[in-house]
Amino acid sequence: MLRFILTRVSLIIPTFLGITLLAFFLIRLVPGDPIETLAGERGIDPARLEELRKVYGFDQPILVQYGIYLSRVLQGDLGKSMITQEPVLSEFSALFPATIELATCAILFALLLGLPAGIIAAIKRNSIFDHGVMGISLAGYSMPIFWWGLILILLFSVQFDLTPVSGRIDVLYYIEPITGFLLIDTLLSDEPEAFWSAVRHLILPTIVLGTVPLAVIARMTRSAMLEVLGEDYIRTAKAKGLSRFRIVALHALRNALIPVVTVIGLQIGVLFTGAILTETIFSWPGVGKWLIDAIFRRDYPVLQGGALLLGVVVMSVNLLVDLAYGLINPRIRHTR
Amino acid sequence: MALVEIENLSVEFPTQGGIMRAVDGVSLRLEEGEVLGVVGESGSGKSVTMLALMGLIPFPGRVRADKLAFNGRDLLTISDKERRQITGKDVAMIFQEPTTSLNPSFTVGFQLTETLRLHEGMDRKAAERRAVELLGQVGIPSPESRLSAYPHQMSGGMNQRVMIAMAIACNPKLLIADEPTTALDVTIQAQILDLLISLQKERNMGLVMITHNMGVVADTAQRVMVMYAGQIMEERSAVDLFASPQHPYTAALLAALPERSEGGRLATIPGVVPGLYDRPKGCLFSPRCAYATEHSRNVRPDLRAWAGGHIRCHYPLGDPNRNAEIQHDHPVGTEAAS
Repeated sequence: MLRFILTRVSLIIPTFLGITLLAFFLIRLVPGDPIETLAGERGIDPARLEELRKVYGFDQPILVQYGIYLSRVLQGDLGKSMITQEPVLSEFSALFPATIELATCAILFALLLGLPAGIIAAIKRNSIFDHGVMGISLAGYSMPIFWWGLILILLFSVQFDLTPVSGRIDVLYYIEPITGFLLIDTLLSDEPEAFWSAVRHLILPTIVLGTVPLAVIARMTRSAMLEVLGEDYIRTAKAKGLSRFRIVALHALRNALIPVVTVIGLQIGVLFTGAILTETIFSWPGVGKWLIDAIFRRDYPVLQGGALLLGVVVMSVNLLVDLAYGLINPRIRHTR
Repeated sequence: MALVEIENLSVEFPTQGGIMRAVDGVSLRLEEGEVLGVVGESGSGKSVTMLALMGLIPFPGRVRADKLAFNGRDLLTISDKERRQITGKDVAMIFQEPTTSLNPSFTVGFQLTETLRLHEGMDRKAAERRAVELLGQVGIPSPESRLSAYPHQMSGGMNQRVMIAMAIACNPKLLIADEPTTALDVTIQAQILDLLISLQKERNMGLVMITHNMGVVADTAQRVMVMYAGQIMEERSAVDLFASPQHPYTAALLAALPERSEGGRLATIPGVVPGLYDRPKGCLFSPRCAYATEHSRNVRPDLRAWAGGHIRCHYPLGDPNRNAEIQHDHPVGTEAAS
């Protein structure tokens, strides 16, 4: 087990370097000088431009710039935002809870609906329910997130006025950030309505962000379950006289979950990608929207730092999922 | 009262090409403590017959019978719940592949105690004590430490012992062993067979031994049922059947045994078991039978009492008039024609 963890952790180093390389060079391929963008429409005095380029080190050869950047990163310095002059790390940690909150709700939404739907579809194979679930999940999987988000806003917010259009909470409330997670902070505050306001704001973004993982989990659960239900040990379980519920919920599900957990791990990356779009659509103040803004402003340090931090988070979550995989699959646990 | 009473059992599977009849009119009685060998080639319906008795025919298979009773209870009319109280308790089954028949995600102890807790209502402690006892009885060394082992940590032979322990956990009246030794090493095969037979004697339980190995049957069974293409071909006491097989199919199976070979080339049965599309009109074995006639190719023989058992053949080997009858019915088979 220890060796398994060490192998996985050692893989993080090349991935980490890869992310710094990609983030650093890709943003420099985007046309537009960061200083000129910073100066805005009125332009900037050429002498001042040169001076500022020196300050930020943009006058150096690009490889030297990368070397300096990398050595700073290794010392834990992700730089400061060119716009706000705040350290990238502190901006990230202020905004990240909002993204985590949204992503957690989305994956819970996907699991709570996707697992039962997949299981029932497998048990009632070729029934109307099965075809319905598989059809809807294929549609959900193919749905462009931005379009789906806008449709939901038009329908539920604009047409029926059931949910707010954007944001995390009504502007009426001021909630002191304690954990950064609004669902918790509002409960800690003395305004109980604030919690429900936060919940209402979460509904649509959760659905939009959770749709693709929901579709993937439902389909994966169904196919894994179908495969497992045909196994010899299910026949053994029936031959023992166990109830149908026990056979499905214990003997089959335990084995069917093994591939599903892998897929859930892969969905974490998808979730953060989706969060960037979802947060933009719903003006959700998380890291996704922060990164999009950074692209428009050519805020190099924020983009590089943000991509790096998100990458580390995705890798860590995947590592945890792999460890969980060992927990539910004894055959993995016992191989060195 | 017989332990098992089956009358005219049929199991059908609808397929794309039509209805596949896996079991065709099988009738069977089994007394308490009796050992029955069920022999036949792959696809002869021997496993499916027993799966039907267990209620384990997978969807979309259909089971039909005039009578299907176990220990005096009519299995055709009782509810699923009542049936589950019998299955795994009074009648248990072990399978061909021990390693895939155990759940890879649960320990041996969990899978063993599960049956005890369900059917005997034991608490965890009592079930574990009993499980250790059972593992000891089936010859697993240091049974206490095996409770926490997973199936993939043990050999196929050990896993089959665990399966047997699971099956006998609730003192079943009938144990069905579906090719229990096919997937095991030859040395282990003999051990498992010995174990099954000694358990059967100790507990006086009924034992159905499904196999395609005539040798296994000769060693273990009191009575033998030979199946072919879903039908019973011959059913007699083991001693009689091995001494003087009455059905040409049984005789051909015995002739194909290496230990019965008299030197020279080993006898084989030409052709294959009929499938969905080439099911003969007459006797199902007639296309491969050395004694087939125009009559046997067109008229299907009924199962009838013969020589202390039952046989489904127009021309039983022990019938003194058979040569004359075969000649009269226009022989087409290789042996009879010559």
